[in-house]
Amino acid sequence: MSHADVQATGPGMRRRSAWRRLARHSGFVVGAAIVACVVAAAVVSLFWTPYPIDVVDVRGRFAGPSAAHWLGTDQLGRDVVSMLMSGAVTSLTVGAVAVGIGAGIGVPLGSLAAARPGLVSEAVLRLGDLTLAFPAIVTAVMITSLWGPGAVNAILAIAIFNVPVFARLTRGTALTVWTLDYIQAARAAGFGPVRIMARHVFPNVAGIIIVQATIQFALAILAEAGLSYLGLGAQPPAASWGRMLNEAQTLLYFAPQLAIYPGVAIVLSVLGLNLLGDGLRDVLDPRLRGR
Amino acid sequence: MLSVAVRRLAGLLATLVVASLVVFTVMDVLPGDPAQVMLGTEAREDTLAALRTRLGLDRPAPERYVTWVAGLATGNLGVSYTYDEPVAGLIAERLVVTLPLAVFAILLSTAIALPVGVFAAVRRGTPVDTVVMGLGQLGVAVPNFWFAMLLVLLFAVQLRWASAGGFPGWSAGLLPAVGALLLPAIALALPQAAILARITRSSTLDVLGEDYVRTAWAKGLSRRAVLGRHVFRNALIGPVTIMGLQFAFLLSGTIIIENVFFLPGLGRLVFQAVAQRDLIVVKDVVVILVAAVVIVNFLVDLAYAAIDPRLRVRDVPR
Repeated sequence: MSHADVQATGPGMRRRSAWRRLARHSGFVVGAAIVACVVAAAVVSLFWTPYPIDVVDVRGRFAGPSAAHWLGTDQLGRDVVSMLMSGAVTSLTVGAVAVGIGAGIGVPLGSLAAARPGLVSEAVLRLGDLTLAFPAIVTAVMITSLWGPGAVNAILAIAIFNVPVFARLTRGTALTVWTLDYIQAARAAGFGPVRIMARHVFPNVAGIIIVQATIQFALAILAEAGLSYLGLGAQPPAASWGRMLNEAQTLLYFAPQLAIYPGVAIVLSVLGLNLLGDGLRDVLDPRLRGR
Repeated sequence: MLSVAVRRLAGLLATLVVASLVVFTVMDVLPGDPAQVMLGTEAREDTLAALRTRLGLDRPAPERYVTWVAGLATGNLGVSYTYDEPVAGLIAERLVVTLPLAVFAILLSTAIALPVGVFAAVRRGTPVDTVVMGLGQLGVAVPNFWFAMLLVLLFAVQLRWASAGGFPGWSAGLLPAVGALLLPAIALALPQAAILARITRSSTLDVLGEDYVRTAWAKGLSRRAVLGRHVFRNALIGPVTIMGLQFAFLLSGTIIIENVFFLPGLGRLVFQAVAQRDLIVVKDVVVILVAAVVIVNFLVDLAYAAIDPRLRVRDVPR
């Protein structure tokens, strides 16, 4: 078999069988379906929502579910379905960008630490310890007290907490890969650390990083909801599930339903992402199945 | 053992110093003129000048840092700008709410999670196990402040068994005070317990598969002796690790939950301070929260050593 044949059949076959296993994994399928719905709702809301979310209709407030308003209206007469759809945009954007930044900085740092044991590695680890001492909410409190609230602050606070998570994971996983024979072979062939990292180490740690990113994404959505609930996150006119809950809190006796919908949206999104992540992990790392 | 302890203690101190430097830099140096941030752009020049003197901004930053840290060590945290009261007193007043709430929640979640997790592991594959695993998934996904609102909705709005929030103070007696913390503690503890039970289950399953457990069964030890002496103690390592990491989440949760139940704790204090741009209070509360996370993680490291004798001689693997 020629080299070209191996490339054409080997990894491709493996990829196809991984997809087949994912398609048979009930948790993954349910999770993927939920996440697809949330993403679809968010994307559609960018072009169309049943009603505009920035138009107040005081006469039509606190309406119950009807054909016109599937989940009724809120204290300002805004359509709850439209608010939930727009809220999905905030949650997904803040979560994705925060985790993207966290992984974007954390993965190279972790790779560096794995490739350069000793002082560099120690520095990255200690920096990680320090960063983990700053929960997102504490960072958000500091940023907001200086520059005021906003979605960007929430992103920054969540991203900072994510950096060491990815740095540690990447370092830990890459360290074991660096000891393998084919890395020695690549070294003997005269390849530099950057090329070895990019071509041989990274593809082997990518799966675990993707799984972790899914789980961190879910955590980031929770964190965003918490920050928005406290008024430290996205500001009006942008809709946000956390702020919807905050507004609903004062109306618990009067309109309890308004406190239910955004919470369900958060739980479903987080649950969907976690099921998706668990499914990916089961397929990519069968040793952890059922844990 | 001693040298490891000394090294870890030195690490703890170093982390605390660097963390305080970070907080100081972000809150005191980065804004340029903290007095301007606190008073806004409309402030009169003489008011600004007075606040600058009060904040010590006429002195160089390193000197301000040393004064601040020395104050932290001696309990002199400065005077709040909005309350015009010593920050140490403000924080002490709030801590008597936040601390008992956090401890209450930890105890509650541990008391629920450990037995449930071990039980699910021993009964692996049965409906009990499936329910524990399912609740674990749900526990990760439910934001605790929303869970808190649902509890208020059920117990205060619908059933009218509890008040929707507020705190009578410890002077009102133990029972009313603990009663006011009960719903908040449950709101914090249950989602936490669901996660912890899952970890305990997984950790117990690992230990159940170990050779020494098989040996313990084989030599005819009773079920109680095997599970109690050999399994449970070793299975604790997993949950203890997670409890350390979860502390940061619990602390965040506590200061969020205080807002749901209108409890006069650290969370309320810091959010009011943020709204009023009282940077003096924000800086002090933030550094205390960060120190709490660092110190708890240090204690968890020590707890490993107590549970797992192998770790007494070497550092905890990261």
